Amino acid sequence: MTPATLHFVSGGHLLTVVIFFPALGALALLILRSEDHEWIRRVSFTVAAAEFVLSLLLIPGVPLGSGTYHLEEFHPWIASPPIQYHLGVDGISLFLVILTTFLTPISILASWTSIHARVKEFFVMLLLLEVGIVGVFLSLNLFLFFLFWEVMLIPMYFLIGIWGHERRIYAAVKFVLYTMAGSILMLVGILWLYNATGTFDLPTIQQMLQGGLLALSPRAETLLFLAFFVAFAIKVPLFPFHTWLPDAHVEAPTAGSVILAGVLLKMGTYGMIRFCLPLFPDASRRYAPAIAVLAIIGIIYGALVALVQPNLKKLVAYSSVSHLGFVVLGIFALQNISMQGAVFQMLAHGISTGALFLLVGMLYDRRHTFEIDDYGGLATPMPRLAAFFLFVALSSLGLPMLNGFVGEYLVLLGTYQVHWKWTAWAATGVILSACYLLWSYQRVFFGEVTNDKNRALADASARERWILASMAVVILWMGIGSPFFTRRFATSCQTVLDQMQRPWAYEAAAPRPTAAGPHASSSALGSSLERFGSR
Amino acid sequence: MSPPVEDILRVMPELIFCGFGVLLMLLQPFLRERNGMAFLALCGAGLGTLASIFPLVNAGSAFGELIRADGFSGFFHLLVGLVAFLVILASAPYLERERLAPAEFYALVLFATAGMGVLASAQELLTAFIGLEMSSISSYVLAGYRRESLKAGESAMKYFLLGSFATAFFLYGIALVYGATGTTRLSQMSAADPGGILLRLGLALILIGLGFKVAAAPFQVWTPDVYEGAPTPVTALFSAGPKAAAFALLLRIFSTVPAANEFWFWAFWILAALTMFVGNLGALVQTNVKRMLAYSSIAHAGYILVAFCAVAFTRGDDERLTAGVAAVLYYLLAYALVKLGAFTVVSHLGGAGEKRLDLNDYAGLGQRQPVAAAALSLYLLSLLGLPVTAGFLGKFYIFKAAIHSNLIWLAVLMAINSVIGAYYYLRLIVIMYMRDSQPGVDRIPFPASVNLVLMITAFGTIYFGLFPNFLIGFTSHPGFILGR
Repeated sequence: MTPATLHFVSGGHLLTVVIFFPALGALALLILRSEDHEWIRRVSFTVAAAEFVLSLLLIPGVPLGSGTYHLEEFHPWIASPPIQYHLGVDGISLFLVILTTFLTPISILASWTSIHARVKEFFVMLLLLEVGIVGVFLSLNLFLFFLFWEVMLIPMYFLIGIWGHERRIYAAVKFVLYTMAGSILMLVGILWLYNATGTFDLPTIQQMLQGGLLALSPRAETLLFLAFFVAFAIKVPLFPFHTWLPDAHVEAPTAGSVILAGVLLKMGTYGMIRFCLPLFPDASRRYAPAIAVLAIIGIIYGALVALVQPNLKKLVAYSSVSHLGFVVLGIFALQNISMQGAVFQMLAHGISTGALFLLVGMLYDRRHTFEIDDYGGLATPMPRLAAFFLFVALSSLGLPMLNGFVGEYLVLLGTYQVHWKWTAWAATGVILSACYLLWSYQRVFFGEVTNDKNRALADASARERWILASMAVVILWMGIGSPFFTRRFATSCQTVLDQMQRPWAYEAAAPRPTAAGPHASSSALGSSLERFGSR
Repeated sequence: MSPPVEDILRVMPELIFCGFGVLLMLLQPFLRERNGMAFLALCGAGLGTLASIFPLVNAGSAFGELIRADGFSGFFHLLVGLVAFLVILASAPYLERERLAPAEFYALVLFATAGMGVLASAQELLTAFIGLEMSSISSYVLAGYRRESLKAGESAMKYFLLGSFATAFFLYGIALVYGATGTTRLSQMSAADPGGILLRLGLALILIGLGFKVAAAPFQVWTPDVYEGAPTPVTALFSAGPKAAAFALLLRIFSTVPAANEFWFWAFWILAALTMFVGNLGALVQTNVKRMLAYSSIAHAGYILVAFCAVAFTRGDDERLTAGVAAVLYYLLAYALVKLGAFTVVSHLGGAGEKRLDLNDYAGLGQRQPVAAAALSLYLLSLLGLPVTAGFLGKFYIFKAAIHSNLIWLAVLMAINSVIGAYYYLRLIVIMYMRDSQPGVDRIPFPASVNLVLMITAFGTIYFGLFPNFLIGFTSHPGFILGR
């Protein structure tokens, strides 16, 4: 299907349909009686699966080799201040949307039997969550983006708080407060930016910056950058803002953990690529070394903590901190290769860690414990589950041919061009991830069955095999067929880097236009920053 | 000589409110039906609200510039009229449950509303004083309307004593301003020397008097006790009506008296910051729902004061002025809807004698009464300022006005406060949805009129959260504020 036919068929509203289709599904669920659990599950799965198919229509909508936005929708919404309903998709957001729509039906399947109480509300919340997340990825208006960003909090809050484990309320409140603390400052930043530009429209602001129409003072740019960056860093979460994550992940129900790790965290890294870099290029360059160091600390720290975790779910949660460190490092290395790696790592991590949480959830459904010590020798009673677990663990630790390898490799490759020491330190994270994943795998699945309760555990059911098999296929495909993905977002990554270049900043070696120019501050870190700027 | 028809039409809302109030009291011995009286009161409130449309289309001064009917006062008339209408609608079942006499109650609500109307359209300080007294005295009586309850007595007494004290400040302020300028008409004060010490002192006293009415720290101490002790429908009225009217008068004084601007800027800055923190920190530790909402309304007064700072900072820039004023009006409307809805839910969940007001009584409400819990959650999320609710856009406009006037630090303080506020609003939602019911707590069916109030306020909250165009276009119309 060509983009033109696609546009015609959808009446130019494909993105709106993709965002709000699950909301329709949620409405349909409200009509059903609360006791009809089976029907509620079926309807919500059908809706989520249809949504996945709908989102696949976006792939032909984004032509290869194009770095701009496509399938744009632009309608006036609020008159004063001028706010438009502006949607668009490019190579980077394309796959994040599909990741979301893929993981949602998977998590619905995963919650098929494990959710008993308030079934209807659960699936309504899950579908509403999908609306919020997809909306975040497709918004091209800062106000609209913020709106979806905040709206998405509420369903997640209920998912953790109602259907979570023992300390669910603590975790839910902590999650919301952390996110709000960051995002409300981002709102102040958005309004400040509006005050300087008179618009909330992202492409317009980018054009103004490109054309030199808008020159922020270095101080203003720094503060704005921080207002946005901290909000995103909390979401990612970047060390030292990560403390909400283990709680939220461990306490959330399986479906919540899958979505949380799979997509919610990517909203942070997506925001960095979409907003921080193009809008505040000089501040991004200035802070890139510091952020890279934080990312490396996150990689190593997350891995070390995961290594000593007695709790399997917490182990996976901390592995997220470590893996997301790679993404942030890849973004702030400011190289095309590393940024492609970062985007790929976002997708790969979404699938692999999502699958890990699913597997941990399946174990929990059988034994109601996350403690590694309670397991042991599980490969004997459940060989299939053990095989899937090994496969996913290998993908997560970056075995070549599987998805985790591609992202990490590209990130390390790109980072090496900037600073070989960063690469060296970050690479230790890869080794450590092999340690904690294989070691925990060994303790859970190998050896003799020591605990009698584990002797008669059922192997993966048909439903679980379908879930895991589809995940495994995607893992393998992403590992072998990575060009399918990278070809589609490579140009978008380059566009982001191009947008960081302002016309008058090109001659890095030449004298500065004015003493007050943002580059004038290149004193101590000058030479290393120069290398960032000139690429 | 009778005044011209135009003038009469411009005070028509007040005449209708008062007329129906008097009518209710006269009919009381003859009308046995509770519903009949409620109907009559609703007619009064509804007609009065409708009558405030006339000044909107035919703006101008009346009674020799004592009052001024324009878009601004029209907005507040519609607002307080709507508040009165909804309060009466929600209080009919409440009065029946508590076995309270309805006629006087409705009459007092209508009188208070008339006072607020006068306050919103006053162009002259003594007229404003009359409006203030009308609404205050009715409020004192309403606060103590549950005569058997000790808390209601305490509430009325505190409100009366502290309120009179504040009114005295206000009156003394008027006297000083008169001494400085030789007039009590706002429009003639623009000629006065802005630097005069007497004028400044007078304005400061007026600010203290009105600061008490809007519950701005450090004049907020009465709020929790009065809100807690008063019958809950009255609390709903208090939190929505008089506050809006007092803010209306403050705005009037602001934009007409140039001396007020520069001088009050820092006063508002400090008041705003202090009020936000006192309200939010106070609410954190409350275990009584009414007290929590009372502290939250202090905090919200602080947010509105942030917009006031933005107005005060305009330095003659009309665009900034309208942006600030529009933010205040939008916020007041969003806030009134939400507080009305929230207190209505609270008043009916309280049960006979308002016994169940503890946070723990709300445990399991999400299971027991899903509609009430969903409505209350919506109001709480709006108070918290989450998108798709009117509260979010209200906050958004205040942020915008503040940043437009370069009040970055105040905006940051407000952001911090929003997060503090999130904690206690979410706590109530946690209790409603994530805890199990306590034994022995039954469902409390909601009467149709209460459901209607909830529907109107919930619909308004979402509607104004998505489509602010009409209202913002109306309030930021040039010349809207004070016929400049």
